[in-house]
Amino acid sequence: METTAMHIANGIVDGPVSAVFAVLAVAALAVCVRKARNDLDERLAPMAGLVAAFIFAVQMLNFQVLPGVSGHLLGGTLAVILVGPWVGAICVSTVLIVQCLLFADGGLTAIGLNITNMALLGTAAGYLLVAGLLRVLPRNAKGLAVTAFIASVVSVVVASQGFVLEYALGGTTDLSLPWVSGTMAGVHVLIGIGEGLIAATTVATVARVRPDLVYALRHFRKPAVVEQEVTA
Amino acid sequence: MGAGHAHPLHLATASPVHRLAPEVKIAAVLLFTIIVVVTPREKFWAFGGYALLLAVVAVVARVPALWLAKRATIELPFVLLAIALPFAGRGERIDWFGLSLSVDGLHGAWNIFAKGTLGVLASLLLAASTTMRDLILGLDRLRCPTVFTQIATFMLRYLDVLADDARRMRIARLSRGYDPRFLWQVKAFAVSVGALFLRAYERGERVYLAMVSRGYAGRLPQPESGRAPAGQWLAASALPVATAGIALAALWG
Repeated sequence: METTAMHIANGIVDGPVSAVFAVLAVAALAVCVRKARNDLDERLAPMAGLVAAFIFAVQMLNFQVLPGVSGHLLGGTLAVILVGPWVGAICVSTVLIVQCLLFADGGLTAIGLNITNMALLGTAAGYLLVAGLLRVLPRNAKGLAVTAFIASVVSVVVASQGFVLEYALGGTTDLSLPWVSGTMAGVHVLIGIGEGLIAATTVATVARVRPDLVYALRHFRKPAVVEQEVTA
Repeated sequence: MGAGHAHPLHLATASPVHRLAPEVKIAAVLLFTIIVVVTPREKFWAFGGYALLLAVVAVVARVPALWLAKRATIELPFVLLAIALPFAGRGERIDWFGLSLSVDGLHGAWNIFAKGTLGVLASLLLAASTTMRDLILGLDRLRCPTVFTQIATFMLRYLDVLADDARRMRIARLSRGYDPRFLWQVKAFAVSVGALFLRAYERGERVYLAMVSRGYAGRLPQPESGRAPAGQWLAASALPVATAGIALAALWG
């Protein structure tokens, strides 16, 4: 088994709810584009394109967790820490749209649901946690790694609970919600831990080599004390 | 970028479906999928009709059934969910070979299986008959915001470059005698992911500078807007129109 769908397919959630979430996703992405332009201005298209390609490429790299079980990175929190929430959400959404159209992964009518869960809820949760944690943790490679780990686990679980919410609103079968919620959370805590380990090591690597590239370090740093050279 | 113009699901054959303009195909598949999703699940024979329509499209597009079947396995996790539903569902239950199954769960399983499979097959047919570049062009002509089509263009153009970067790093690691493959060796994997990000980001900066030096000011030149002729829209509309016909017949029948 090379690829298995992680994304919601057609027919899991009913039409009206899917449509509502599609509208929600479009509106939220419009906001993201406006905000992302503040971060990258006219560099937005090439830079976000390359970061999206990076996320896509990382998703293709499978890593063996146990013999026979391999996992791969989802990359949402990683994107938030490296390029910020706005660009991150746009990149993840682009990846989801292309996966839906070119790889038949995720239903066409469920695209709004998938974007809401993974690109919006996941990155929002990741971003809030990163912003909060970096206030208390040291702003260096180690602190960033801990932040990345916690934020990854939580954001993956939050994204999975987004599905539970959508299912509660427009599920096509009457299931006991605590059961759905518990199962989704259980599976995704495991996924999140794997995701968190890889994301943590990855951001630590980048923070050591090019700390200036890490959005989280750039934006949550205390106002840098400029060392003035005393020229007497 | 020698091989960067196709994608794994593209099936390079010549057929009337391949020759259709991308925007009409995207619109047709989208409408088809929407009609399938809103069809009430109790109208069993309607879904048979939809499947028949897709089979006709597959024959016209010269996409082999086995090819489709193999790639449709992407749907498997949801089929597993569908199998679990009759056991986990609530409400009225029936006995079937000594198993107590929920009627609502059975309907739900059928719903996911039918709508999910039809959706995957329609998407596969679109992907099989459309190249990556055409797909972006189609989205562009359907008035998808240019920010997204531009990002998607860059993403797809550099995806192969980055995948090759990753492959080279792996080969470099292997040729130095280290082959991380289990969870406790995850550090080496993650470090190369970090290196991949650095390479991607720095490549992005170089690409941007190269574009600026060629006069880029925030917008890419628009591709020549050769709109699809009305005949193509008409031909492609056969799918959603037939689908809608089946749906209406099922509702009234």
